[in-house]
Parts: sequence; C-alpha cells; structure tokens
Amino acid sequence: MIISAAVAIAEARRGRLGERVYSGRSRAIFERGYIAFKSSTWMVILSGFVEPVLYLFAFGYGLGELIGNIESNGLSIPYAAYIAPALLATSAMNGAIYDSTMNIFFKLNHDRIYHGMLATSLGPLDVALGEIGLALLRGFLYGVGFMAVVAPLGLIPSLWGILAIPAAVLIAFGFAAVGMALTTYMKSFQQLEIINIFLLPMFLFSGSFYPLSVFPEWLQFIIKALPLSQAIHLVRGLTLGQINIGLLGHISYFIVMIVVGLFFTTKRLNALFMK
Amino acid sequence: MSSPLITARGLTKKFDEFVAVDEIDFDVARGESFGLLGPNGAGKSTTMRIIGATSQRTSGDLTILGMDPEKFGPQIRAHLGVVPQQDNLDMQLSVSENLYIYGRYFGLSRKFLKTKIEELLEFAQLEEKRNAKVESLSGGMKRRLTIARGLVSEPEILMLDEPTTGLDPQARHILWDRLFRLKEQGVTLVITTHFMDEAEQLCDRLVVMDKGKIMAEGSPAQLIKDYSTKEVLEIRFGSERNSAMAEQLRGMCDRIEELPDRILLYSEDGEALLEKIYSAGMHPKTSLVRRSSLEDVFLRLTGRTLVD
Amino acid sequence: MSTSNIRQGSLEIVDQEKIISRGSLYVAQARLAAMMKWVWMILAIAVANPVLYLLSIGVGVGAFIDKSAGPAGIDGVKYLTFLAPALLATAAIQGAIDESVFPTLEGFNGWKNFFGMNATPISGNQIATGVFLASFVRVVGTVIIYWFVMLAFGALESSKAWLAIPTAVMAGVAFGSITQAIAGLLKDENMFFVIFNRFILMPLFLFSGTFYPLSSMPSYLQWIGWISPLWHSTELGRYLTYGHALTQTMAITHMVFLLTLLVLGIFFSRRIFTQRLAK
Ligand SMILES: Nc1ncnc2c1ncn2[C@@H]1O[C@H](COP(=O)(O)OP(=O)(O)O)[C@@H](O)[C@H]1O
Ligand SMILES: [Mg+2]
Repeated sequence: MIISAAVAIAEARRGRLGERVYSGRSRAIFERGYIAFKSSTWMVILSGFVEPVLYLFAFGYGLGELIGNIESNGLSIPYAAYIAPALLATSAMNGAIYDSTMNIFFKLNHDRIYHGMLATSLGPLDVALGEIGLALLRGFLYGVGFMAVVAPLGLIPSLWGILAIPAAVLIAFGFAAVGMALTTYMKSFQQLEIINIFLLPMFLFSGSFYPLSVFPEWLQFIIKALPLSQAIHLVRGLTLGQINIGLLGHISYFIVMIVVGLFFTTKRLNALFMK
Repeated sequence: MSSPLITARGLTKKFDEFVAVDEIDFDVARGESFGLLGPNGAGKSTTMRIIGATSQRTSGDLTILGMDPEKFGPQIRAHLGVVPQQDNLDMQLSVSENLYIYGRYFGLSRKFLKTKIEELLEFAQLEEKRNAKVESLSGGMKRRLTIARGLVSEPEILMLDEPTTGLDPQARHILWDRLFRLKEQGVTLVITTHFMDEAEQLCDRLVVMDKGKIMAEGSPAQLIKDYSTKEVLEIRFGSERNSAMAEQLRGMCDRIEELPDRILLYSEDGEALLEKIYSAGMHPKTSLVRRSSLEDVFLRLTGRTLVD
Repeated sequence: MSTSNIRQGSLEIVDQEKIISRGSLYVAQARLAAMMKWVWMILAIAVANPVLYLLSIGVGVGAFIDKSAGPAGIDGVKYLTFLAPALLATAAIQGAIDESVFPTLEGFNGWKNFFGMNATPISGNQIATGVFLASFVRVVGTVIIYWFVMLAFGALESSKAWLAIPTAVMAGVAFGSITQAIAGLLKDENMFFVIFNRFILMPLFLFSGTFYPLSSMPSYLQWIGWISPLWHSTELGRYLTYGHALTQTMAITHMVFLLTLLVLGIFFSRRIFTQRLAK
C-alpha cells in the first residue's frame, strides 16, 4: 500500500468517534468560502449591513418622531433604541438564512460542489460545520458593523450591549443550522420560497417595532415561541441592560436549534450522497 | 503477484425495486487499467460511486485496498482520485484555486500544495489558465482540470467516469495521452466508457456491462477473438431492401447482424466474402471491410449497439 | 422492420402575417402561461402581503402612533388609512419588478429563450412589449386584490377611492418598464438583485413618504421622494382614498412624472431588447 500524505491524514483518524461523518477539517470548507467570497460578494455583504441601518433611520427616527417613547419592562425608551436590537437580530437571521438556503441549495443541486467535497476524505459534518461557519462570520461582521453605527448614536444604553455581538453570532448559528437542514429536503427553488413566506410574517409580528403586549394573550404566546422573537428579546435584553434569567432561556432555545439543525443536516447529507 | 486492489463479489445496488447493478464480480489488479464498457444506463456510474465510497451497496462484498467502504469511507477515499461523469468543478474559484482547495479537503499542507499545483498545472497543460475562472475553460480543459484535481492527493487509484464523453476528437486525444502517462507512472486506472475505441485504446482489461450485469470479461483483443470474427463486412442496400437481402445472405458467412441502416457480415476474410456476394449477383450500394471491434462484441452479447 | 415514410410538405401552414402582427401578444400569452404555473403562489402572496403589512404596521404601529398623535391623526386620518395607499403602490411596484426583471434575465442569460423566440418572425420589440404586457396584467391583478383588502380594513374613506387602482398600477408599470430596460442590459445577474433590492428599492420604499409624510423628513432627504414613482403615486392615492390635500398642479405633476417614466421605460426596453437580440 502506498502511503501518501492524504492517506496518512485519513488513517490518523481511524477509530475516532464519528469518523465516517466528520474528519475534523471543516476549516477547509471555511477556507473555500473565504476564497470564493474574496473574489465576489463584497457588495452583497456590505448591502446586508446597509439594510438594518436604513430601517433604523426610516423607522427609528422617522416613525420615532410620531411615536415618542416606548415602554419596555417599565422603562421608557426612545423608539430608535427600542428597535435597534430587533434590527440587529433580524439581520443576523436574514444573513444566516440567505447563506444557508439559496447559497446551499445552489451548491447542492446546481454546481454539485458538495459532490466534489464528499468524494474526498471529508465527511458531511465537515461540510455542514464549514458552511455554517461562514454564516457565523457574516453574523459577526454584521454585529460589529451595526454596533459601530448604533453605539455612537447612544442607542446602546447598557454596557452589557457589547454581548449583542456574540448573541448575533449565536442567532446566526441557530438559523443557519436549521436553514441548512431544511434546504437539504428541498427539491426546487419554489419550495425554498416557502421559507421566505414564513420569514415575512415572523419579521412583521415578532415585536421588532412594538411590544407584543398589543396582541391578544394567545397570539403573544405563539409569537414568543418563534425563533425571531426569541432572538429579538435576547438582543434587546442585552442592549437595554435588562439582564434576567429569561435570557438563558433564549440562549438555550438557540442551542437546541443548532443541535437539531446539525443533526438533520448531517443525516440528510449522508443520505443524499450515499444513495 | 500481490492481491487485487479492488475485489467485488456479488455486488448489487438497488434503487427501491430497480436493480441498477446486479450481482457483479470483478477484480482490479495494481497498476492495470481496468474498464467498464456498456451503454447508457448499464450501471457503470453506479458501480463507480460504490467503489468511490460515495454510495452504499445493497448487497454483496466489496473490498478496496483490503478495506470495506462501508466502514472505512474516508480512508478509502484518501486513496482515490475521482473524475465524475458530470464535472463538478468549483465555478466560484479559479483554476489553481480549484486544485488548492481540493488538496485542502484532503488535509494537505499549503506548502505541499504549492509545488503540487505547479506540477498538476503542467500535467494538465493549464499553466496559462491558472488564474482563469473555470467557466471560461473549454470542455476539454475542464476535463483535464478535473483529472488534475483528482490527482492532487497522489492517489493510487484514479477513477474516471466517461472521461471523454462530449469532447471533440482532438481534445479526446490530448486526454488519452495524459492518461497513458499516468499509467506509465503506475497509477491504477478504473475507466468507464461507452466508446469502444476508447476502451480499446485505454484498457488492459475490461468487463462488458449491460442492464446491471457483466456480460463478458477479458482484454480487448481476447474479447474480440472470443466473441467475433477477424473481419466484418458492412453493406447497405438502402433501407427498403436491407431486410429482404439479409435473408438471401444468410448462410454465406459465420454470422449476420441486421441493423436499421446496414447489414453486418462476420467473416475471417471480408474481401473474399464481398467477391462472393457480387458473384451471386447482388449489388450493395456501399460496402466496407473492417476489423472487428468491441462494438461487435457488444452486439453479439446483447443484440444491440453501444451508442444508439 | 418498419420503414417510416416522412411526407414532405405536410407541415402545418404557418401564418406569417398573423405572427408578425400579433407577436407581442404571443409573447405575453407565453409569459402568462408561465405565471399560471405559480398562480396559487402569486395569489396567496397577493392576499397575504397586504393583510400582513396592514396588520403589523398599519394596525400595530398605528396603535402607538394614533395614541401619541391624538384625535388630529396623521394627515387628518388614522395611521392605517394614511399608510395603506403607499403600501398599495409598493405592492404594484414589487409585482411589476417580479414580472419584468426575472423573465428578462432568464430570457437573455438563463434559458436564453428570447433568442429562440427571435429566431421566429417575432421581433425584439415585440418580445419587450409582450413581457411588459404580461407584467401589466399581474400588476392590475395584484392591485385589485390589495384594494379590496384595504376596503376590508376600512382604509378607504373617499368615494373616489377606486381611482387609486389606476394610479397604483401606473407606479408599478412605470417602475417595471424601467427595470425591464435595465435588466435587458445585464450580462451577469448574480449581484444585481441583492444590490438593486438593497441600494435602490429598499431606500425608495423607506424614504418615499411611505411611513410618514415626506415633509417631515429632513429637507436634504426629500429629493428621494421626488425621483421615486412610489411617492408620486402615493400622493395621488392619498388624495383619492381619503382626500389628502393636493393642488391641481401637483396632481398633474405626479401624473406627468409617472407617464414620462412609463414611456421612457417602454421605449428603452424595446430598443435594448432589439439591439441585444441583433448581436
Ligand atoms: N440515484 C438514483 N436513483 C434511482 N435510479 C438511479 C439512480 N442513479 C442511477 N439510477 C438508475 O440506475 C441505472 C444505471 O445508471 P448509471 O449507473 O448511471 O448507468 P451508466 O453510468 O452506465 O449510464 C439507470 O437506469 C439509472 O436511471
Ligand atoms: Mg454513467
């Protein structure tokens, strides 16, 4: 048997837990994304950052003028400071969903890039983690960029607010994991559109623009169970410094999303490529 | 003689009820160039993917370098270079980036890849295209890049699924030349094709597949010898009359095959047979004497042509 | 063995004259047939979109605005009533873009089916007109549905309210014809959507006096409204649905603006399509 470097590397992992689905090299996928990104999508990334800023100015200041302050947990808060964290959470979601649906669907069904990857000694979990890693990087960049705009405007009253950046990453992770899992089940772009159809109402009703208290009790209950609402409350709690045990609940919610999403993605990729 | 690199016994693959690969047996020895010849839908690609540890067999035994692909997928794939039927190059990356990142998928170091990429670009005759986007490459260049990519991990076995389908004759010859070089370097080749000339050119030994089954096995020369005559006379009387004439020709030669547009007459001496036909008062519109090929072997085994 | 006899000259006679005179209708028909495949999706979106926006922003945000604005309201009415005409025109624009940009990009870059059509006697002009007509139909449908949802929400206060349908359609087709022309120029669609959506459509949507009167925006931002078909149409719509104050001069200005855009859009689409197909 000829022992090439590639063989030696693969043999070194023999006997490890999950060796058939994970080779410990998701960074190679990450590296690919970085190279591809360097040469193409700067404008797209930049534009994802511009969107929440535009909303902040249009709604936060424009509507804020008409609305005045908003009550949140007994505090009276300027409208812009109220919606800023919601916009951050939403952009983390949108970026992650775009990366993990459209993008992945294309690579899966059109470019057949994953076929190439999985013909090497990589496993499906490497692919899933690597791709999601990119979504996290994007979530991180949006978080930092948005904070750089809103903090100087005085919209982050609490020092805890700095934690909104890792929170954005966590949120992006959750949505990317679940988004990718769903994408692996989709057969056409039209089916993919279904995801977007769920996103719009979620965006409109998850308490981005006003407290959920305007809704009837039963509806509040449903909305609170939705991931975007969880995300908004997590980030808002941090930027407004309203730290309480509830935040741990939101965090656990996203950890569950991550675990479930990764599990199904790996399982599905395995099934798709081991047919 | 060392043990075979690949051993398949009763290898079967079903998609639901449909049997794509039906209890096939074969061995591939180190350093040989092994072919799977068969028409579209014969089960060649399916067999290749099972060997490539990217598809699970339904039943049967398979060992690759002594390992079962079901248990040691990543380890086996580290030994293989794969050139799939459908190019799956990374359209977002340049030529050299494609080679680089594929090497990274195997965990190879940047330093190693730096020199390896140069070597491969030269091998694939793509040095001038190193910074080009994949989209701008011609079909033949894409194929050479895919082969170069498959070689980045210095594999022992290179799996080529229809390497030249869709290429023009010149691009095919360039590609064949590259594959000969690999063979000289001792790389074991597993090739599928539905072109009999390609199988004759490239393969030391091959199996003829049809509808998931292996119909025959041997070297191209041996197969021709076993299943066909030395020469073939092809004659045409025009599509209306071929059928009627075929009846009269029966008995004049070893074997006769009637195709929609022509009649094939199998004989050890084609010219002599043609003389005989003329002297019997029959006047084909066109006639051609040629040597038997794998196409004739396939026709004999299945009653159908390879490319329809 | 079967010998097939292919008779010559048995082909159906193609009426060249007819194709030449009605080419754009054939193209529009083909586009509408393609739309019919997603007709349920299109209808669902056409209904869900207004319901969701009117509920979330009109009613939801409106509750807070109406509370702080008091009985005077915004522009003299409830926030929902104020907002609805702007959303109506937005939906028209969105529908028009969907039906002009996507088919154009597909036709030139994706399937390239425009080149196939052009190999028949159908001309570039007719393809451009046909795509436009199909998008017109979609816009009219979307706007009518939206209008009825507004009615159900009680957002229509004037007896002239039905005239807001044509003014919203105008915004849609004016914008759609321009984007059709632009899409005809594109060789590579990848970045276009995202950039167009976020750097052009989104700012126009947010800063065209959609959510609050243009006059309450800083004066250095008000030009956005003036170049935006959305604002021009919204002003007309507000006048028609609840009697927003509008001088005759301004009303004419708004209409002239929208018409000019439409004429330019159609003119350039036809020209660009013809030139591109001739290449
Ligand atoms: N993933 C699959 N699901 C169902 N049927 C398949 C799948 N892949 C291949 N087949 C069927 O198996 C048969 C053999 O296919 P394939 O191995 O691709 O043949 P070849 O490569 O010889 O042309 C074909 O009839 C094909 O339709
Ligand atoms: Mg095949």
